[in-house]
Amino acid sequence: MTKAITVSGLHKAFGRTHALDGLDLEVEAGEVHGFLGPNGAGKSTTIRVLLGLLRADSGAAQLLGRDPWHDAVELHRRIAYVPGDVTLWRNLSGGEVIDLYGRLRGGLDKARRAELIERFELDPTKKGRTYSKGNRQKVALVAAFAAKDVELLILDEPTSGLDPLMEEVFQSCVEEERRRGRTVLLSSHILSEVEELCDRVSIIRKGRTVETGSLADLRHLTRTSVTAELAGAPNGLSALPGVHDLDVQGHRVRLQVDSDKLDAVLRSLTESGVRSLTSTPPTLEELFLRHYQDEVTAAAGGEGARAR
Amino acid sequence: MTAVTADTRFAPRTGGTRPLAGTGALLRLALRRDRVMLPLWVLVVGGTTASAANSLGAFYDTPEERANVISSMATNSSLRSLYGPVFDDSLGALVSWRYVAFMGAFAAVMSLLLVVRHTREEEETGRQEMLASLQVGRRASLTAALLTALIANAGIALLVTLGLAGEGAAGALALGLAIAGVGMVFATLAAVCAQLTETARLARGLTAAVLGLAWALKAAGDAARTDGSHPLTWLSPIGWAENMRAFAGERWWVVLLFAAVVAVQAVVAYTLAGRRDVGMSFIPARPGPAEGRLSTATSLAWRLQRGALLGWGAGFLLAGIMFGSMTEGAADLVGDNENTKEMLERMGGQAGVTDAFLAAMLGMLAMVGALYIVQSVLRLNGEETAQRAEPVLAAAVGRVRWAAGHLYVAFGGAALLLLLGGLGLAVGYRKEAGPLLGASLVQIAAVWLLGSFAVLVYGLLPRLAPLGWAYAALSLGLGWIGPALNLPDAALNLSPFQHLPKMPGNAMEWTPVLVQLALAAVFTVAGLVGLRRRDMQS
Repeated sequence: MTKAITVSGLHKAFGRTHALDGLDLEVEAGEVHGFLGPNGAGKSTTIRVLLGLLRADSGAAQLLGRDPWHDAVELHRRIAYVPGDVTLWRNLSGGEVIDLYGRLRGGLDKARRAELIERFELDPTKKGRTYSKGNRQKVALVAAFAAKDVELLILDEPTSGLDPLMEEVFQSCVEEERRRGRTVLLSSHILSEVEELCDRVSIIRKGRTVETGSLADLRHLTRTSVTAELAGAPNGLSALPGVHDLDVQGHRVRLQVDSDKLDAVLRSLTESGVRSLTSTPPTLEELFLRHYQDEVTAAAGGEGARAR
Repeated sequence: MTAVTADTRFAPRTGGTRPLAGTGALLRLALRRDRVMLPLWVLVVGGTTASAANSLGAFYDTPEERANVISSMATNSSLRSLYGPVFDDSLGALVSWRYVAFMGAFAAVMSLLLVVRHTREEEETGRQEMLASLQVGRRASLTAALLTALIANAGIALLVTLGLAGEGAAGALALGLAIAGVGMVFATLAAVCAQLTETARLARGLTAAVLGLAWALKAAGDAARTDGSHPLTWLSPIGWAENMRAFAGERWWVVLLFAAVVAVQAVVAYTLAGRRDVGMSFIPARPGPAEGRLSTATSLAWRLQRGALLGWGAGFLLAGIMFGSMTEGAADLVGDNENTKEMLERMGGQAGVTDAFLAAMLGMLAMVGALYIVQSVLRLNGEETAQRAEPVLAAAVGRVRWAAGHLYVAFGGAALLLLLGGLGLAVGYRKEAGPLLGASLVQIAAVWLLGSFAVLVYGLLPRLAPLGWAYAALSLGLGWIGPALNLPDAALNLSPFQHLPKMPGNAMEWTPVLVQLALAAVFTVAGLVGLRRRDMQS
């Protein structure tokens, strides 16, 4: 078995705020794992526990088979981290900082460093105070992707401030990391990026994991939107289990259906004769929103709904 | 491969393995970042002290002269509280007497700035988080910061030892160690404070407050006894530096006292650092109001600076009370001693001895007030370079209005501080406050002039904004050491304080006051015009 990250029942409180409330997370070696959640859900806190910056109050965490607090320094040789908000020293150049990070991690691939600087169009001679946010981000990205002998990359909203062109460069870099067999934990709010890159995702909320699995798995749990133009009037659709938001206007039908009940709906539609049909699987965004909106439902339904 | 069991618990809160990993690289990083600032501090503090034998020797060139001056200085408690006890009449001892406390305090300021800069400031900015994700042990950054301070203080000690070796190698070494010892005490104290507070600013303020207290304890203790043996003196690290007795039968065991306190404070800092998470503090920030009432740039400036002003105000009041209560002691002065009279005249007074003393104290408070106004004015530069000014200026706030908010606090605050100092003197001396408050207000002209110089530099040459300190530092140096050096008047006249009437004890002269106020207005306006025309710094 190879798990890059195993976290179970993690708790961390800051005063009266419970940042982590029994969080679980499993990342297989070699996969790109999306780490999603609304602001303040505990993503960064989890990452800081994984980096040994914070010590959890209770629960267990293992990183590449070792204790992230006790073995922090040894582990960091095998980890590259990119924070969401990179701060640089005002009077050091970007190139100096990349090399410092490289030396402190245990080695930098010179050729790769040069190639990445080229691809990210970074001027390494500028001083830290003169970089824009996107360029500061690039400094940390180049340092991470050029790291030698790294097994796991932990990226905490790494592309904030990057332009779409650079976003593309970033995505191809992550793709290359995957091909080299490295594991990536990617925390992000850019859902198209997650959809593009990630094998599996975990969605957390209020310091707990609410959903985890491959995108296909998650889609299965949610609804597909169907729009159809029929030859005759539809019948019996409203009686079918799993159908929501049914909207019939003459021969035109729009509905949402639980993905595992799709079969029965299609049968019913073909009975009336289908002229055109579009079926859209839920986007990650819809998945995401559903979990966020649960919050409202959970608040209304009391503790039971949240325990799931 | 064993499966990970769910009940794996976190290891106890220890430093983890290899807690010092990366210290060397972090030390090199610190030295690279401080490649200008650190050598400058070492040269100024160490070099000034090292060259003191020449400058003092030119003034007091015969042993008789020195003995004469020293005997009169040593018998007066008020002067002793300022400059410390004199232990011998050799030239070396004279240098030590005049410089050890002052330069020790300078080394302390340097050390606290260095240590906080490389510990709490790194955490506050988030840079530490990135470093800690690398091969950097939990104790590495604190160790690198303390080593940086050690290198700087060792540099000062070396310069002093080499520069004064001609007066006696042992004494030179003792003086160097005493100055560096004070530096290291405050380096490790700053390391402790950096664990306690969440912001670098507060960590610096806390350490500086202890430094102020140490100075006050030394001053009070020295006022009471001639040989520096008062318990209050022994409570102050600056007092220990005096008690090293450089060039006067050195007491080497005092080095052990420094070493012990440095060691204890370092242990406390390391222990605290091991008990907290990166970026967290033991004095947590209190939650603020959910809805704000700040509505103008001026109220924002006041909100940002009021904490610091409160601290300075308390310091001025307390210092005033302390100096005021020492004023009676000034009457002990041997009246017919020409040298002492001359010295006092140079320090500021002419009429009655108590008046002269009060005037000298007011002058000193005003010089410290200049430090307040410069740091308050340069807050503008801090806000600008940290990009916090940008969103304010992007709102419907002009540059001048934004700057004016901070300048009200700087200039108004400086006036308030002087009044508090004058009030403190009146309370301590138990005399009516009116004349003292008036006399303290006279000093405002020079303080404002030094503040307006900082506005001028900031407005016209923002990259060189730290030079705003230069004029204030020069005036402070001239006021402190100038009278003893017999510098030419042309040099002394550079300090605006030199031109103001020495009050109480002398009649009011309006001309210098008005000239300085006018000059301050011109500088301020010129600075603001420059600010309005130039590019904002990114």
